[in-house]
Amino acid sequence: MSPDQPKYKTSDEVDFVIIGSGAAGGVLAKELSTNGFRVVVLEQGPYLTEADFTHNEIEILAMDKLTNHPKLQPNTFRKTAGEKAKPQRAIVYGRCVGGTSVHFTANFWRFHEIDFIERSKVGTIPGSTLVDWPISYSDLEPYYTKVEWEIGVSGLAGASPFDPPRSKPYPMPPLPVKSSGVLFERAARKLGWHPYPAPMAILSQARPGRSACVQCGYCLGFGCEVGAKSSSLAAAIRVAEKTGRCEIRPNSYVHKIELDAKGRAVGAVYFDERRNTHLQKAKAVVVCANGAETPRLLLLSANKQFPDGLANSSGLVGKNLMFNSGGTVTGVYEHPLNDYKGYCVSRVLHDFYELDHEKVGFYGGGGLDARYDFTAISFAFGGIPPETPRWGKDFKAALANNFTRTMEIFCHGTSLPVENNSFSLDPDLKDAWGLPALRLTYKDHPDDLKLASWLFERAHAIHEAAGAVKKWSFPPQEQQFGVHLLGTCRMGKDAKTSVINADHRTHDVKNLFLCDGSSLVTSGRGQPTMTIMALAFRAADRITMLAKRGEVGA
Amino acid sequence: MNDSVSRRRFLSRGVTGLSAAWASAHWPALLAAATHAHQAAKSPASSKFGFFTLEEAKEIDAITSRIIPTDDTPGAHEAGVVYFIDRGLTTFGVDDQKTYREGLPGLQSRVAEMFQGKSRFSELTPEQQDEVLNSFDEQSPQGRQRRFRTSAGAQNFFETLRQHTIAGFLIDPDYGGNRDAAGWKVIGREREHMFQPPFGYYDKGYPGWEVAAKVEAKEAEKK
Repeated sequence: MSPDQPKYKTSDEVDFVIIGSGAAGGVLAKELSTNGFRVVVLEQGPYLTEADFTHNEIEILAMDKLTNHPKLQPNTFRKTAGEKAKPQRAIVYGRCVGGTSVHFTANFWRFHEIDFIERSKVGTIPGSTLVDWPISYSDLEPYYTKVEWEIGVSGLAGASPFDPPRSKPYPMPPLPVKSSGVLFERAARKLGWHPYPAPMAILSQARPGRSACVQCGYCLGFGCEVGAKSSSLAAAIRVAEKTGRCEIRPNSYVHKIELDAKGRAVGAVYFDERRNTHLQKAKAVVVCANGAETPRLLLLSANKQFPDGLANSSGLVGKNLMFNSGGTVTGVYEHPLNDYKGYCVSRVLHDFYELDHEKVGFYGGGGLDARYDFTAISFAFGGIPPETPRWGKDFKAALANNFTRTMEIFCHGTSLPVENNSFSLDPDLKDAWGLPALRLTYKDHPDDLKLASWLFERAHAIHEAAGAVKKWSFPPQEQQFGVHLLGTCRMGKDAKTSVINADHRTHDVKNLFLCDGSSLVTSGRGQPTMTIMALAFRAADRITMLAKRGEVGA
Repeated sequence: MNDSVSRRRFLSRGVTGLSAAWASAHWPALLAAATHAHQAAKSPASSKFGFFTLEEAKEIDAITSRIIPTDDTPGAHEAGVVYFIDRGLTTFGVDDQKTYREGLPGLQSRVAEMFQGKSRFSELTPEQQDEVLNSFDEQSPQGRQRRFRTSAGAQNFFETLRQHTIAGFLIDPDYGGNRDAAGWKVIGREREHMFQPPFGYYDKGYPGWEVAAKVEAKEAEKK
């Protein structure tokens, strides 16, 4: 933790209290404190640093050192609104300073123009509440560029003919190709497609205080011990701390936004580590708690004035949840790829980003990438061919042969917004603090499953053309578990059909802003963090402008 | 492939979609049991038992040796998996103690039922041992026939032990298992903390994206 951090009293009315320190919260903390505002960031998880980011799979993965803990914060799941939800783990998100950006894979595509205007382009889709964004790709483009340069993204501009226009090249070259990338690239070209070096939020060149990637092989699920992964912890929080105006307060679990009689937010109520309750006062509240916890917090903040939850006059808080569709096609090759070495994804293709829905018979689009995201242990649980025995001589032989010879092709796709897909408060189950648990209601739009199957066929074709000795996939199945938590407080012009406006201000509470995956109107094609960070940079500009005009504070 | 097998495996993965990677990264709850990981991680590999009696340890060692057997390469025995499990049950896996306390006697009575005059798993031949384990493994043909009525605890015992054996065989040796990186040697994982390209067979001699794109575009033109 930086010594430059101020220590505010809870009774100090700071300019902004930001709830959550992940991809959006970290960027907003950096931008708002750099712009001269006094900021307190309340993070429910601990303040971990590079020294804590070990390769200990038991501690990090099995015991959820970086993530929400299913015992402390249990979830329930049901497919449709009529059912009673059953307890089961429904989401994984980063619960530490830096949030999910600490442990993510770091795929960093931009959204394309189509993602913002798909509704106008394709018309109504039965069973979906698809709408256009109130902003366009060109509104967001400068902020995508800002993310690439300020947070650190490696890639090769112009390498994909499907890329949207950009105002600047990447600040650093792509990371070195992996064997999975070479196999994928050659095979995809043979098939007439356009593979290109994956844009990754991982440094290929060192930056002050941050090493270039050392190819340790522990990205997905792990924190980066050398600061090469561009988490908000490595790339934004520390800049915020250095301003001397931003306090990061970890182990602070916000469970209520406090309002005054006039219906304005006065601050955030939270439990500290000892479960004592505090109210941090602020002129404005910015919620960046992720697409599950942000709507939950609004629902938990219901009061007499807002009986259905804060900022919920539209009734849409928590609804239109999108997870992104897709899945994996796994292949085994003759020679060792040794793909356990190094970062996960080195090649991607976007030929199928925008599909002709009349031709293919469903809406949406997707991307394919070449990857390996196993550790030795997770490979033994989930990486060997399905008919292999689970123990004994043949099991061991499969591990011995396949661990170094396997690669996956990941199919990323659209999830269409469906109003019933949602996070809400479970009426019975409570978390360890006695607060209502998160309840997930989710049933994929049929087109999402069709899209996934369609992409799987292309992934099989790539393995085939690449000469895989063996390949397999499981049929796409309705999802009951999510890590991309999108759309639950969507942005829009009309207060009746959206929760926030294009400035990320809630339609109902003037000094309450929301910015994270919940703000997304559509799900893109599978990689949302780049867009969440770009939105956060843009939100910071909008909020700064409003504050300077005196339109934010109480 | 047998339909019911594929269906069951499919369900055992639990999820699909973008979260599939997370499902395999985030292991089953069995491993996620408890609290004192720091100790588990930091205590040096010892050859004394904290949870098992010597007799029990011999049985567990024998079972893990059928889950990952020793052949021309090391197995669970050489990787010291029984020590990893023993330490785990007093640290990160305390919640699984009951499973072992109840499961082991259950397994031994199964041994006696199946092979007259025997009471210990470790006394059986490897073929007999596999037969016993198959009767516990829901996903093996024998286990599916349910030759024996098994309590839920007994089923759970085999699956718990299977997962713990895999973890103890393949974990980073710095964290209390996989003695001498025996498991990593078997699967071909180098014990280095960082790597450099070329990583594998197929990226050796890669000419760079621009060159590859040009050359392959020309080849496509010729066709």
